Amino acid sequence: MEVKDICIKNMKYEDFKENEYLENYLKELRANGVNIAIAKLDDLINWGRSNSVWPLTFATSCCGIEFMCLGAARYDFARFGWEVTRNSPRQADVVFCCGTIVHKMAPVLKRLYDQMAEPKYVMAFGSCAIGGGPFKKSYHTVMGVDQIIPVDIYIPGCPPRPDAMIYGMMQLARKIKMQEFFKLPKQPDLSSPDNSDSSENNPETKEKGNRP
Amino acid sequence: MKMIDKLLAQFAYASVTSDGKYYTVAVPKEKLHETASRLRNSALAFDFLMDIVGMDYGDSLGTIYYLSCTQFPAYVIALKTETDDREDPIIPSVSDIWESAGLYEREVHDFLGIRFANNPDMRRLFLRKDWKGYPLRKDYDANPEINPVPLTNENLDDMETVPVIEIHNGLKEEKTYSLFEKGEYVVNFGPQHPATHGVLHLRVSLDGEIIRKIDPNFGYIHRGIEKMSEAYTYPQILHLIDRMDYLSGTIHRHGLCLAVEKGLQLEVPERAHYIRTIIDELTRIASHLLGWGCMAMDMGAITAFVYGMRDREKIMDIFEETCGGRLMANYSVIGGVMNDIHPNFQRKVKEFIPYMRKMLKEHHLLFTGNPIARGRMKDVGYLSKEKAIALGASGPTGRASGWSNDVRKIEPYAAYRHAEFNEILRSDGLTFDRYIIRLDEIAESLKIIEQLIDNIPGGAYAAKTKAIIKLPEGEFHQRVEGARGEFDVYIHSKGDKYPYRVKFRSPSMTLVSALKAIATGTKVADLIMLGGSLDYVVPCIDR
Amino acid sequence: MFHFDVVTNWIDEFLRTYLLDGWALFIEFVVIGLVILTVYAVLALILIYAERKICAFIQCRLGPTRVGPFGVLQSVADMIKILLKELIKINRVDTFLFRLAAFLVIIASICTFGALPFDKGLHVVDFNIGVFYLLAISSLGVVGILLAGWSSNNKYTVIGAMRSGAQLISYELSCGLSLMTIVMLSGSLQLSTIVEQQDYAWNIFRGGIPAVIAFMIYLIAGHAETNRGPFDLPEAESELTAGYHTEYSGIQFGFFYLAEYLNMFIIAAIAATLFLGGWMPLHIPGWESFNEVMNYIPPILWFFGKTFFCIFLALWVRWTMPRLRIDQLLNLEWKILMPLSLINIVLMALWVIYL
Repeated sequence: MEVKDICIKNMKYEDFKENEYLENYLKELRANGVNIAIAKLDDLINWGRSNSVWPLTFATSCCGIEFMCLGAARYDFARFGWEVTRNSPRQADVVFCCGTIVHKMAPVLKRLYDQMAEPKYVMAFGSCAIGGGPFKKSYHTVMGVDQIIPVDIYIPGCPPRPDAMIYGMMQLARKIKMQEFFKLPKQPDLSSPDNSDSSENNPETKEKGNRP
Repeated sequence: MKMIDKLLAQFAYASVTSDGKYYTVAVPKEKLHETASRLRNSALAFDFLMDIVGMDYGDSLGTIYYLSCTQFPAYVIALKTETDDREDPIIPSVSDIWESAGLYEREVHDFLGIRFANNPDMRRLFLRKDWKGYPLRKDYDANPEINPVPLTNENLDDMETVPVIEIHNGLKEEKTYSLFEKGEYVVNFGPQHPATHGVLHLRVSLDGEIIRKIDPNFGYIHRGIEKMSEAYTYPQILHLIDRMDYLSGTIHRHGLCLAVEKGLQLEVPERAHYIRTIIDELTRIASHLLGWGCMAMDMGAITAFVYGMRDREKIMDIFEETCGGRLMANYSVIGGVMNDIHPNFQRKVKEFIPYMRKMLKEHHLLFTGNPIARGRMKDVGYLSKEKAIALGASGPTGRASGWSNDVRKIEPYAAYRHAEFNEILRSDGLTFDRYIIRLDEIAESLKIIEQLIDNIPGGAYAAKTKAIIKLPEGEFHQRVEGARGEFDVYIHSKGDKYPYRVKFRSPSMTLVSALKAIATGTKVADLIMLGGSLDYVVPCIDR
Repeated sequence: MFHFDVVTNWIDEFLRTYLLDGWALFIEFVVIGLVILTVYAVLALILIYAERKICAFIQCRLGPTRVGPFGVLQSVADMIKILLKELIKINRVDTFLFRLAAFLVIIASICTFGALPFDKGLHVVDFNIGVFYLLAISSLGVVGILLAGWSSNNKYTVIGAMRSGAQLISYELSCGLSLMTIVMLSGSLQLSTIVEQQDYAWNIFRGGIPAVIAFMIYLIAGHAETNRGPFDLPEAESELTAGYHTEYSGIQFGFFYLAEYLNMFIIAAIAATLFLGGWMPLHIPGWESFNEVMNYIPPILWFFGKTFFCIFLALWVRWTMPRLRIDQLLNLEWKILMPLSLINIVLMALWVIYL
């Protein structure tokens, strides 16, 4: 059993670096000019939303402990304004899906997601939540949270370090910054050639529009 | 020991083999209840049922009861029984002899489909009622189409309806009853609840603020580790075991390594023993700090929680340097440890010891002496010694009730025989004892580390093992002291590189039954606090 | 001393010279309403930020640092977010009561807030029964909490609401009794009179031991009335997820959230007014030059300084103490604080008569 070639298909090496595609995408969207009042209001709203994301305390296993570390003294996600962990799904903005989701838990998670108020986001923490992780061969594990609810951010690791979680949070904040409050959710145009580059790398943004 | 030999000689129908302090007694299932009650009521009093292992032998199904007595805790009896009926296997229940058997039998029923006659509760434990098949049977069909991901919540009425099978004078009778009466105010705590330490689902019947009944439901994080282990090699299983009880993962992993090494009769270098012991004790401190903090948070003191986590980070730093991981240290391997210790390891640990001692004082100052905290922990949640033994609530919980059950003392493994330390015992069995015993154990662990850290012998850090590890045919049982109780590994090998059956004793499962016992009659706030004081980890229960 | 009554009187005279009395009053009402609402919201934002920072300080953390300099805009971002959050329509709730509850809570809170004497002349209505009004109107909030819990059709909220009812009604007693002690000392229910009387000695010094006891009781009971830890049983996070407001989302939850913080401010402000001299600077009889220096600090700063001192005490307690259990909570009130306040009233009566 030897790991031979660590490479992920459809992902160039450069993409692993700091990625600006979301900002580029936003620039592209606004290239032809937008109403300044609407754009500024959008910016203000997104500034507010992205800086105040209240997580729901939802931890099933190991990643939950790292999530606790994230809230405690060393890593302190209060710095970013994320510290108001709400226990009631009605008041939370983001589900930190920390840990394995199993068959019995799946309907519970779906229900929690349905109970949340819009706008709501999902972050899949750790390999179990992304795709089953070490329990891939199990009979009772759901192979990834995205089989039940749409996921915005995937954070790999088993469990991910709190630093990785902070990076993921920053990515979510970036994604929130390019929402448009005054328009209906719009899908990027896949057919036009100049858009295809930017949308290739961001499957998450495409999902955004499909949200139930 | 003569007394055990004499006692076992009384059972003419049983086949007895012994291997040191480990006895195997096989009895036919008709004689099981009689044998069990005689073992329990004899002068030796085998009053601690460690675990029940359900077995699928291929053509027959069976159970193994691991018994130990509190007078001579080093002696273990494995009581075995079998049934040939694979369609409707029924084995008499021993839940009237040992209280802890109730949950264990439900687990065996869930995995293997064996029904236990006269057990008052024969619901499935982990899987949903509509789950098809019994996963630990060898002929189980794991096709995901048979059991797709359910999209609706489990019906609460189904959860309440309890099937029972009773046998009186050879007459079989099947019936059902409902757990809660109509009109009871039943509140769900969990599966998603801030204070259930994971995804435990407690159905609580309330009378105002007072708790009348508690019905714990498990399985919201059941990942089928035992079934998966049967298809994995031993080094692969090691990675799963870390993720069971993630807070004392290193200790549990150590237990599995010891069990495999016992089977291989592998001589582990002394250096590895020392390193493992130090890492184990650091894990225990980290786990107790988190337990302390979570209990404080359950009582509403969030600051105490942050303080606990702050000090825990120091241990995580040490782990990170040496093991590479923070929470999942992945450190013990079969034959030793993964890598040698980091050059800074000893210095950092030595810096940590005085720091932690200073911080322990601060923790006492912040929370132990707080009048509100003292008032809330006073006179609540009494667990007597007898009850603790009957429920099998081992570890700090049992020791707070005065039950001496520290495996590190009973059967010193690794480097514990080189260290001088006390087993912390308290006698009252109240919430405060369970609280304070954790802080005292931190101090004791620091003492162990202090003695070992300067004396790590040189030499290899791991013994050479073959590329493919094949365990000889047989059964191997190993006990270690996890952070929240005794952790047992049972391996049944057929000489392959895969185990035939692996079973882990979860210390947390018995703690939940202890919660059920002590929280009835208290208030809602106490239920949460008692859960914190027992400090169970749900993924360890569910496996 | 610069008092705000100069400004308010000037505005009043200015309006009355150009308009009919009725119109002038109307405009004044509208302006006052707007000002009160704005100050209410701004104060809430400041308090939320302050609490986060103080809590972080106690817990060896940093608190918000990223949004704006030192994170000062953090609560503004929260406000924008919560204003635009979806309001969920929940099946099988009593919709009218469900919606009403949040408004009741915030109305009670704003009405109390409006009656506080921030400064001489910076006072919406100077009732001659000011203390009585404060007590009466602030206890309306419990109705909102009970309704919220009851109408949500959720078992957690009902338990939370019942706890809240028991708690608020009990602590209202010792809260009122300790204020009565001060009323006995000053012989008036009018807030402006009470403040003016404390010119040379704040009530806590003037009233001697009974006043100090009353101050302690008021701090404890008042803290309990704000539903904040260690008295946060109605919304005990680790027990009842979010207590009586579990089912609320968006700005309706925001109302509860705001009211919680502002109630803390109100309780602290009443404590400052009745015990610590309100906007009155610290004067010591005989030290004339010291008194002169103190007079240079504007009264409004004195008022807010004293109030924030009391708030800091509340936060300090909140982030240090574990939560009480319901029976301990009621024991504390009915077996300790209540008898103590009754005895204290007798003591104060003796103090007033003989000294």
